[in-house]
Amino acid sequence: FYTLFMLQVENVKLLDRYTNRKAANGTLYLTATHLIYVDASAEVRKETWILHHHIATVEKLPLTTAGYPLLIHCKNFHVAHFVIGQEHDCHEVYTSLLKLSQPVKPEELYAFSYNPKMSKENREVGWKLIDLKVDYQRMGIPNDYWEITDVNKDYEVCNTYPPEIVVPRAANKAVVIGSSRFRSRGRIPVLSYLYKENNAAICRCSQPLSGFSARCLEDEQMLQAIREANPGSPFMYVVDTRPKLNAMANRAAGKGYENEDNYDNIRFKFIGIENIHVMRNSLQKLLEVCEMKSPSMSDFLTGLENSGWLRHIKAVMDAGVFLAKAVKNEKASVLVHCSDGWDRTAQVCSLASLLLDPFYRTFKGFMVLIEKEWIAMGHKFSHRCGHLDGDPKEVSPVFTQFIECVWQLMQQFPCTFEFNERFLLEIHDHVYSCQFGNFLGTCHKEREDLKIFEKTHSLWPFLLQKKQELRNPLYRGFTAYKELQPNTLPFSFQFWCGMYNRFDKGMHPKQCVLDHLLSCVSQKMKLEDNASELENRLPFFGGPLPNEACSLSKVGRAASKTPMLNTPQDYEVEPPPVLSNGALAGDIDVTSDVDQKHKENLSHHQDLHDLNAAIGVLASKAEDGKPQHH
Amino acid sequence: MEFAELIKTPRADNVVLHRPFYLAVEGTLCLTGHHLIFSSRRQDNAEELWLLHSNIDSIEKRFVGSLGTIIIKCKDLRIIQLDIPGMEECLNIASSIEALSTLDSVTLMYPFFYRPMFEIVEDGWRSFLPDQEFELLSLVTDEWRLSCINKEFSVCPSYPPVVIVPKSIDDEALRKVAMFRHGSRFPVLSYYHKKNGMVMMRSSQPLTGTNGRRCKEDEKLINATLRPGKRGYIIDTRSLNVAQQARAKGGGFEQEAHYPQWRRIHKCIERFNILQESLIKLVEACNDQSHNMDRWLSKLEASNWLTHIKEILTAACLAAQCIDREGASVLVHGTEGTDSTLQVTSLAQIILDPRCRTICGFESLVVREWLQAGHPFQQRCAQSAYSNSKQKWEAPVFLLFLDCVWQILRQFPCSFEFNEQFLIMLFEHAYASQFGTFLGNNENERSKLKLPQKTMSLWSWVNRSEELSKFQNPLFEANSLVIWPSVAPQSLQLWEGVFLRWNRPSKFLDEAHEEMINIIKYNKELQAKVNALRRQLAEMETDDRMQENL
Repeated sequence: FYTLFMLQVENVKLLDRYTNRKAANGTLYLTATHLIYVDASAEVRKETWILHHHIATVEKLPLTTAGYPLLIHCKNFHVAHFVIGQEHDCHEVYTSLLKLSQPVKPEELYAFSYNPKMSKENREVGWKLIDLKVDYQRMGIPNDYWEITDVNKDYEVCNTYPPEIVVPRAANKAVVIGSSRFRSRGRIPVLSYLYKENNAAICRCSQPLSGFSARCLEDEQMLQAIREANPGSPFMYVVDTRPKLNAMANRAAGKGYENEDNYDNIRFKFIGIENIHVMRNSLQKLLEVCEMKSPSMSDFLTGLENSGWLRHIKAVMDAGVFLAKAVKNEKASVLVHCSDGWDRTAQVCSLASLLLDPFYRTFKGFMVLIEKEWIAMGHKFSHRCGHLDGDPKEVSPVFTQFIECVWQLMQQFPCTFEFNERFLLEIHDHVYSCQFGNFLGTCHKEREDLKIFEKTHSLWPFLLQKKQELRNPLYRGFTAYKELQPNTLPFSFQFWCGMYNRFDKGMHPKQCVLDHLLSCVSQKMKLEDNASELENRLPFFGGPLPNEACSLSKVGRAASKTPMLNTPQDYEVEPPPVLSNGALAGDIDVTSDVDQKHKENLSHHQDLHDLNAAIGVLASKAEDGKPQHH
Repeated sequence: MEFAELIKTPRADNVVLHRPFYLAVEGTLCLTGHHLIFSSRRQDNAEELWLLHSNIDSIEKRFVGSLGTIIIKCKDLRIIQLDIPGMEECLNIASSIEALSTLDSVTLMYPFFYRPMFEIVEDGWRSFLPDQEFELLSLVTDEWRLSCINKEFSVCPSYPPVVIVPKSIDDEALRKVAMFRHGSRFPVLSYYHKKNGMVMMRSSQPLTGTNGRRCKEDEKLINATLRPGKRGYIIDTRSLNVAQQARAKGGGFEQEAHYPQWRRIHKCIERFNILQESLIKLVEACNDQSHNMDRWLSKLEASNWLTHIKEILTAACLAAQCIDREGASVLVHGTEGTDSTLQVTSLAQIILDPRCRTICGFESLVVREWLQAGHPFQQRCAQSAYSNSKQKWEAPVFLLFLDCVWQILRQFPCSFEFNEQFLIMLFEHAYASQFGTFLGNNENERSKLKLPQKTMSLWSWVNRSEELSKFQNPLFEANSLVIWPSVAPQSLQLWEGVFLRWNRPSKFLDEAHEEMINIIKYNKELQAKVNALRRQLAEMETDDRMQENL
């Protein structure tokens, strides 16, 4: 493991972003995959792990009296502000991180070296955990109207679609091929979700190449086939999720939107969700608000408004709700597209499915949903998440917005999801971590070319292993709720502190209801085992329980209680001298740090041999206080 | 009976009631002296709505042909609509409600007529007496005494008859100090921090005026709370600017020269119409049905409600920090010492004292720091967010306090014995109630109105097990620590339970709450079962052994 540390720097300070607490002092290590900071000043050993893939930007700030500052922004919204003693060291860390955080070739991604010591068979089984065919079967497909076709098996129809797609039986190969020539990048209308109760379907595609007047008979036949696959409704919706102005502008480039006159019985509708560039800038503004040092309430709310972030979230949610209502209440099929049909379309279709079908609100179902609407249908994770050194204008928080919409739904419907907020955060982390193969590349074909399925691991089995901590204790089961009809008035949307200020523990509730309930659930299982074991030992016991026993219920829960973060923050903007004499500092909470380490270190829970070895080395070095140079 | 004169039309049939998220219901409307009663005529699902006239904040009427519509906006922020056939009937009913909801005389209010339908276990009027509080204090310190100087309310009209003051200060000195403080509100003990013996006192502003008047007794009084060589903090809830301006009107603040052992910190907490305006704007924003996100956020920001929450909480945290972390005594005051002062002293106690986070302790806090301390409830809560009266003395000071408590409760969900419903209940009763607890502006007025003899106390009703069970927090686990809330904007939220309560369906959130209760309850039962089984097993084993021995 001598080659493990690429760099080691002593006397590095880690500043606290919000308070005037004394900065931590410690050692910074760079490994092939992580930046590791070990705080030597804390009474209890504290480690901060940052995955190189998570690093969005590294900035050198102007020299301060404390040294050379290095500011790191992560894609999971972690911000680390280091101050390094020597300029030379600072520069070395800076250049190394620039290189490490922006791999050029896909083979350099973590997933290709990540080795959890799992057998080949298990790895392969892991990739088979999610089978989209099973989901189509669940919807009743194939049936009289819909079929799974391999018309795209050699990616001849569309190279960003998967080999197997679901199209109306009535649309023959000629129609499919013809339609594909009239759709941007050949992304023809295919089925996303079939609402079994009334045969209304959600279909998705890219914009038509209609320009100002072009039309295509096969495309018109394709839409007719989709409409006729739902005999219960005389019409279907065609939803363009872009603002009308954007769609019109596209006509000049030979693209555009459907002319209602050319298609029989369609109702055309624009839903103004902004494009990836607007969303990227919006997130940037939001993060600036989140990073403000002691903002006033006005600063924060004005900043939140000006960022437009919640406006965009609401737009996505509104679109999802429109689709779900069209399908359920109006019994009409809906065809959705944006420009290429892989960003806004993915958001809206997956949200609508989530609203309509309780299956997608389970662990397994949510994995299927992401595999189906995002991964298989060619959301360009690699570009949107900036996995590789590339065009920064391609980066956009499209998937983050979807995850946030799900979180917003969880706030309104706390008992309807099998999983909790942490599950969403884990997925969000791994979309950027490149530790698993699922989100690499831009489409199915590219993942095949990269040999993802042979060389990397799938995320889903790893998340299922952690089910206990990711579950929602309030979940009332699969059958308790069917369709969800969320309130989308503006006050129904909250700022998601747990995402955008996730690493600023001081801002979160100091006691966690989720932890408390999860411990109740695990307690419950122990107690049930206990009770049945005792009952077995008492063969003659069968009568009613003595009532007086009920008063003893508190016993045994104390141990599971989560310790509480408990330090005052700066209540004075400029504290009087007496108040800033360090009484506020030095009371860094032990549990929160352990917790933080756990969260920051994505691979820590997995049996990762070499990294664990690294931890071991770090631990032993910290003990004798004299780390060696390599 | 004079109510009869006010009720021109006591009853109307075929009235349709509209409420958000409910189907419209047809039924009969009745007016009584204190209630508006609506009962649906549907046989299968008879439904009754009882609304106290005193809960009505404003009423609007509209006509379409001969169909009249009354929109009733309540102090608890609910809005209902009644369609009443017949123009005359509708006008009569509207004017009756208007008259009955704005009665001048306190003694005509419902609490004077209310006869409880429950058995009184404990008289709430006697639940929280100052002597009891002093007894508790005497167990830990002998530096304080109970003074009866205000027995006849002769020294300070807004103080209770007995107050706790430093032992070394006699009543004669207190009289002099009273002359030096606004409204005679001389410094009294608010809270004793057992952990380190530090105290929090509260008062009104000193009457220094422009020529810097001083009062040796005042200085002596507050210095009596300092440990030798230690400094104390004066938290003035006004900005320095406002405090300086107060001198022109005879008020002012403690000069460094005369109070060398005290460090003064100014915190700006708004008062009166600024707060009332803030409430009106916030509620207006919450009732806006527009789908425009920017408009919502900008209205929320412009209401400044959360800014006030942040300011009040910050000041309270500062006071608590001085006491607990700095080991210093604190004096809190603003101008009158009846509003922002009480917000700060009561919230600081929530932070510092685990007892205040229990149901009984919180009730005691409300009694001590709000009712007995002379917060003018009658004036402040006369109207709520929908009224156009705009009287200077109306202000949601108590609601802001409850909101701050809710913010702390949200951050420490396991540290409070009570739940959000308890706080909402107190909000409702402060504005309209069948109980006499929140009537009057101070103990003096309450005693003149003979409220304890003539009305029922809210506490008599709440503190019965059938009511208490609704207000208990299933997550509560006694926590003896000081709890430090975060005051970052990201940590403070709109109190949906109050402000969005009538604007969204609560079904799914209620179910979540129910589920949480069930999980915890089931675990307790399981634990009990396991314990019982263990005991049974142990007994059987003992029996076996005894039999073997025989």
